[in-house]
Amino acid sequence: MEMKFERPLPQETPVTRPFWQGLRDGCIRLQRCDDCGRWVFYPRSHCPHCLSEALSWHTASGSATLYTYTIARQPTAPHFAEEVPQRIAVVELEEGVRLTTTLVNVADGDIRIGMAVKPVFDRCSEDVTLLRFEPA
Amino acid sequence: MGLRGDAAIVGIAEYPHTRKYDGERKFTLSQWAELTRMALHDAGLEPEQIDGVCCSDIREAGMFTPATIVEYLGRPVNFAERIDLGGANAVGMVWRAAAAIELGICDVVVCALPSLPTPRDPSPPPPSPEMFFGASSARWGSPQGEFDIPYGNLAQNCGYAMIAQRYGAQYGYDAEAMAKLVVDQRTSGAANPNAAFFRSPVTVDDVLGSKVIADPLHMLEIVMPVAGGGAVVLASREIAERCNHRPVRVTGFGEHLTIKTPTYAEDLCVTPVGPASRQAFAMAGVVPGEVDAAEIYDCYTITVLLTLEDAGFCAKGEGMRFIREHDLTFGGDFPLNTHGGQLSMGQAGAAGGMTQVVEAARQLMGRADVRQIAGCNTVYVSGTGGVMSEQSALILQGG
Repeated sequence: MEMKFERPLPQETPVTRPFWQGLRDGCIRLQRCDDCGRWVFYPRSHCPHCLSEALSWHTASGSATLYTYTIARQPTAPHFAEEVPQRIAVVELEEGVRLTTTLVNVADGDIRIGMAVKPVFDRCSEDVTLLRFEPA
Repeated sequence: MGLRGDAAIVGIAEYPHTRKYDGERKFTLSQWAELTRMALHDAGLEPEQIDGVCCSDIREAGMFTPATIVEYLGRPVNFAERIDLGGANAVGMVWRAAAAIELGICDVVVCALPSLPTPRDPSPPPPSPEMFFGASSARWGSPQGEFDIPYGNLAQNCGYAMIAQRYGAQYGYDAEAMAKLVVDQRTSGAANPNAAFFRSPVTVDDVLGSKVIADPLHMLEIVMPVAGGGAVVLASREIAERCNHRPVRVTGFGEHLTIKTPTYAEDLCVTPVGPASRQAFAMAGVVPGEVDAAEIYDCYTITVLLTLEDAGFCAKGEGMRFIREHDLTFGGDFPLNTHGGQLSMGQAGAAGGMTQVVEAARQLMGRADVRQIAGCNTVYVSGTGGVMSEQSALILQGG
């Protein structure tokens, strides 16, 4: 019997819901700490800089640069077999936080670390929109 | 601060590492007992002398692991640790054992990491996502499950590849230097009968001609999964002096944890092994230039490169040149992974780092046969867990 691997999608939590709702609405919503003023990603209950609980949600500019990437030529798990080569990347938002993503709408030879990228809101289902990036 | 250097590794045990294991399958508990028996025999100690254990996960229990092990061994202990540091387990075990011995709460501690295949379960549990996602947790509420796994950023290959890519953008990348690292280590591994790649040297062209798995990492820059495992037994100074071999004293250690997923590292090219190693060197009163060998955790070539830099063997950004300019084989001017490293041994799961500890002990005991370094008195050992997320370092000294 062949095993079926459905692509793993995120399951939001009460803490992270505003982020995922933001993506569904077509914007990147990030937490910023009211006490120390620093931006936070991924969303959490406490600020990782000062452990304050006073985190409020703001809309990020969407400006970002490519911090690093790889092109996985073997699937990182069988669930991603159809996405190979996977263009897995870490992107740094203008606000200073980094996040995991994949690059889309770019030829492999045109990918440069440090290049400007912009968000692509990839609606995967009614509930889930993933955040991918393409050259700006 | 730190250790006096009174506790020592006095016995070692290592299964031959093999890609296709055709021996008897044994439960992890059985392997634990077997490795313990081998290490005690090597040291010249009796089972009733054991009063401490350091373990990691075992197949047969999800919790209460240390109690399950000491019950199976029939050995009551005063000290029991379960370590959850992935590839840093072995180094993490050794310093905890040494610290416990110096505290006076125990005298003989077994640290074992068995990783031979276990018997096939007659009623296997359904496959869990963890089986496919490596060490990344897909459980609800896990940051990895929510923010990394959906993008395919899971397990180890792509994380290390992204570190290497970033390194290249910041400092420049020399694929041939990385290949030379593999070649030099394999020269040593080809002389190690316990290595999966015994008698199998490679060339720079072999490495660069092997398939790219995740840019820029070639297959031969990545460890191969094997069956294996090993153990060491540590003892107090009084006991160590009566054992069979030259005591391998633990004179320095350090450990540092920063992140789980490299995406959230402050700087991808500055790794936790830096603070861990600085502490280890300072504790031992040794500087990097004084070590006779470095047994550096080598799940990937990039791991070794960054460890050479961050541990202080060369400056940041100089690692590629260091590799080009030094003969890294057991007979060279900078003996590195004299057993061939895990790139030659193969990686027996989270037991991989034990090969580095066992080889350091072998060298310091003067038992490395054809690979023996003349006058080996001080060895640096590192362990790396996750994707450069948790790293540990040891200074081991003979005498």
